Amino acid sequence: MSVVVRTIARILVPVILAFGGYVILHGHLTPGGGFQGGAVAASAVALLLVAFGAPSLKKLKSPLSVLEDLGGIAFVVLAFLGIGTTFFFNLLAGSGGLFGAASPIGPNAGFLSTGGTVPLMNWAVGFKVLGGLGAVMVLFGLFGGDDDR
Amino acid sequence: MRRWTVLAAFVIVAGSLLLGGARMRPFGAPRHDLMDRYFNAWSQTEAATSNVVTAIVFDYRGYDTLGEATVLFTAVIGVALVLRRLKR
Repeated sequence: MSVVVRTIARILVPVILAFGGYVILHGHLTPGGGFQGGAVAASAVALLLVAFGAPSLKKLKSPLSVLEDLGGIAFVVLAFLGIGTTFFFNLLAGSGGLFGAASPIGPNAGFLSTGGTVPLMNWAVGFKVLGGLGAVMVLFGLFGGDDDR
Repeated sequence: MRRWTVLAAFVIVAGSLLLGGARMRPFGAPRHDLMDRYFNAWSQTEAATSNVVTAIVFDYRGYDTLGEATVLFTAVIGVALVLRRLKR
């Protein structure tokens, strides 16, 4: 693509990634969550793909796949944390540690350090969606051929 | 004969749908709101999550999310398998 598109992409990609991270981080407080934030962050990969072409993103394919695998493994491990009660039991909710504070009852804006395993699962699913969608888009882009359009 | 069969099937299906639509509850009003009230009342206590939707998706209905993650994983594997560059 032209130099205008590439320059705008360089400016916009950090902003898109930051917004995706915000949607994932506040998934247990505001609308959104892991899937939505991951999809937002994956749109940065789509923008890079459009602006710079698939061959320049070839080295991004393996890290994205590894990111998806790590997200999936982390999600299942977090689900197994509460196996003492049931699968997917929220063990960390109200335990006092990381994300362990009790949420105030009633309508409120919410506090970041609440939710137990929910925010951690948000991050796991977010990385999983970012890696999965990004890897699929890079693979589709690489399939078209070797010409750099 | 074929025409009359199609017409009868159409009348039966359309009549059932219209009958069901006429007896439908008002839009957005759940007939059984027991689970709604439970989630609204307890998600902040049990899951410590202010966002009830996320509490349902990642806590109460975690199996659903696991299935969705599996679907995404399968889709990525399928794309990688179909679009791989064969070594020759």
